[in-house]
Amino acid sequence: MSAPKQTPLPAILLANHLLDGDVVFFTPNGWSRDPREALVAEDRATAEALEAEGVAAFKRQEVVDAYLVDITRDSHGLPVPNHFRERFKVRGPSNRPDLGKQAEFV
Amino acid sequence: MLLDRDGLKADLYRRTVGHNESHVLVPLADIEATLAARAGNRGIGVEVANTTKVADLAPHLDSLALIAIAFPSFSDGRGFSIAKSLRNAGFRGTLRAVGPLIADQFAYALACGFDEVELPAESAARQPIEIWLAAARAFRATYQRNHNPAGASILDRRWAAKLGAAKLGAAE
Amino acid sequence: MYRYDEFDEAFVRDRVAQFRTQVERRLSGALTDDEFKPLRLKNGVYLQLHAYMLRIAVPYGTLSSRQLRQLALIGEKYDRGYGHFTTRQNLQFNWPKLRDVPEILDLLADVEMHCIQTSGNCIRNVTADQFAGVAADEVEDPRPVAELIRQWSSLHPEFDYLPRKFKIAVTGAQHDRAAILAHDIGLRVVMNAAGEIGYELMVGGGLGRTPMIGKVVREFVPKDQLLTYLEALMRVYNLEGRRDNKYKARVKILVHEIGIEEFRARVEAEFAMLDGPSIPADTEELARITAYFAPPAYEKLPAIIPAFEAAKRANPAFAAWVESNTFPHRAPGYTALTISLKPIGKAPGDATSEQMRVVADLAERYSHAEIRVTHHQNLVLPHVKQADIFALWQALGEAGLAEANVGLITDIISCPGLDYCALATARSIPIAQSLQKRFADLSRQRDIGPLNVKISGCINACGHHHVGHIGILGLEKRGEESYQITLGGDATENAAIGEILGPGIVAEEVPAAIERLVGVYLAHRKDGETFIEAVRRLGLAPFKAAFLQEAADAA
Repeated sequence: MSAPKQTPLPAILLANHLLDGDVVFFTPNGWSRDPREALVAEDRATAEALEAEGVAAFKRQEVVDAYLVDITRDSHGLPVPNHFRERFKVRGPSNRPDLGKQAEFV
Repeated sequence: MLLDRDGLKADLYRRTVGHNESHVLVPLADIEATLAARAGNRGIGVEVANTTKVADLAPHLDSLALIAIAFPSFSDGRGFSIAKSLRNAGFRGTLRAVGPLIADQFAYALACGFDEVELPAESAARQPIEIWLAAARAFRATYQRNHNPAGASILDRRWAAKLGAAKLGAAE
Repeated sequence: MYRYDEFDEAFVRDRVAQFRTQVERRLSGALTDDEFKPLRLKNGVYLQLHAYMLRIAVPYGTLSSRQLRQLALIGEKYDRGYGHFTTRQNLQFNWPKLRDVPEILDLLADVEMHCIQTSGNCIRNVTADQFAGVAADEVEDPRPVAELIRQWSSLHPEFDYLPRKFKIAVTGAQHDRAAILAHDIGLRVVMNAAGEIGYELMVGGGLGRTPMIGKVVREFVPKDQLLTYLEALMRVYNLEGRRDNKYKARVKILVHEIGIEEFRARVEAEFAMLDGPSIPADTEELARITAYFAPPAYEKLPAIIPAFEAAKRANPAFAAWVESNTFPHRAPGYTALTISLKPIGKAPGDATSEQMRVVADLAERYSHAEIRVTHHQNLVLPHVKQADIFALWQALGEAGLAEANVGLITDIISCPGLDYCALATARSIPIAQSLQKRFADLSRQRDIGPLNVKISGCINACGHHHVGHIGILGLEKRGEESYQITLGGDATENAAIGEILGPGIVAEEVPAAIERLVGVYLAHRKDGETFIEAVRRLGLAPFKAAFLQEAADAA
């Protein structure tokens, strides 16, 4: 039996808001639309706590599709996903820099 | 939970075959033996998977009071086609859909010839009977002609309206 | 155009009310997320990377000016001021909120539109030849039968939970502009030896993970038996189509596994047993629908308009645009005009709300208030007087809509790709943009001639890459975006699946690789031979060699 795939650390928890669809991040103060506020799990216990938050928020009908994303901190200390798919999800469409989080939270 | 177009109903059928039950629901494999042992009993039903061929049921259609068709999941729509085929083949008894259907499928089930839906407890707990009855009435009419006596066909109404208008015109 | 009567109107209104309750039940927990998902998909609502996406049905690609204006309004009020026309002739908005969708559906119902069955495992929006009712090579206008199929398939109680999605395309013409052989069912209006009009049906075409070309299941279905036959075919698929594996659930796999003869035999057996379709009165109903598609009152015009000819002589840019963007109309003195939604450097198929209003106004003024959407992600004004074309071209130019590239190498089909889509494995739009920039020079494009480049951002093939003369498929390879190039695909009556040229390449290498392929064509073409004709004659080998040489040089 293979072990369930574990997200490498450090990692953040992201999801889509159920009613708005917007990408949201779990932060020390709950969910936020701002990727800069994401709580970064540096250890496995925090990562597990984040995942539990995702499950709980899904059950409260607040978010959908919550999952951990492994990241690297950039020169400003802000989390940047390691996989290109998640980088687009956090920033917005690459052909439209005027839209999405890249336009709102830079 | 068992329901039909009028609301909740008691389930008379038992899946375990004892001596005295008037209504029994048996698997397809047992149907010939059950029919033979209970000649004249009008309360025999069969429960079948949605992979069952209508041809396998055809010899028994006149003897069966009920056919229950399993929906292993709500997203597996084979049961709708089986129901229509059974009605097309002349089955006049009760058709029951068994499985975790959702209320939005109730109108489809009725339209395809089902009379009743038997829900597992988990989905029944989330979807009270009011939701089912409202869902069955969600559309004033749909495009297809169907088996639900309460389900109106848009095309029938359209032609009725046209004929009505023509008669009105002729009367004037 | 078709107009709703009171019953069609009540139907879409009831559908909106139903969706409202579905959203409420999702929030209350009466519906689980797994249960809600197919319900929202069947109302066109996807959850994409950044937001929900709403796919609006444009039945058989026909829009009125009033409808297009309403779409412009929705784009402004509930989205970010633009929409995306798709390869299934639909319109997608990329940023709606789920909480707003019921209101958007209300606005759509106000103009006789909806999102019914634009996604999900059901019969999808029917697509058609964009020149239906206009083309000279047509047996009969296929839009009435498309509308009949729309009504029959809408919330069909038996066929709303199929093994997988089911796409139908129709044409009435000899030349296939609707890619009917790449659909689950392709329908062609035909005339039999007795002079009766009926339908030839193809089944089992489709792209995606296992691309296949449709096969003839019946050469002639009489008009009044079409719905009964379709019902028999759908029942066979609903009961026999595979449900154990999502990637093997399309009807093409069933047809492939049991063979077209066996599939045909099963459908015919079912057809013989059916006592009639679930929609009655098709002949009368088809006649009622057909009346809505009567051609507009064309003026009697000469075939040659001197002022139009003079304008072309005086203005080479106009002449070039006319050459690539017009299509012969069956009425003398009229033309069908294609408006390219592929201006250099923009996302293929995107139109701003402002542009939608310009097109709606121009259609009202010059084209009987009618617009078509093409599966090539362009728009068409179907009935334009030749005398009006010059003024129209100027007006389009002011809105950035006068690109003279229809059918040329920069008229690229592209799915949204990883810039928007949750399923994508790589981006598509930036690849299209880099190719458009590379081949921006119009005289060079015109020299290269007709060439369809089609780009998909994942194996699901929404960008039809398998049937592009040049196909580009975006994949992930070792944590990077990688692009596989195919050659020789064709979406017409000569339908063919393209063949892979070699290993995947990175995005930066794509323009040079395509340049090499074009170079082989230019070096070897004979007089008047198009790119795809040259590929058929030469075979894959010289193109493959050039592609691999380019890959080696880039490494």
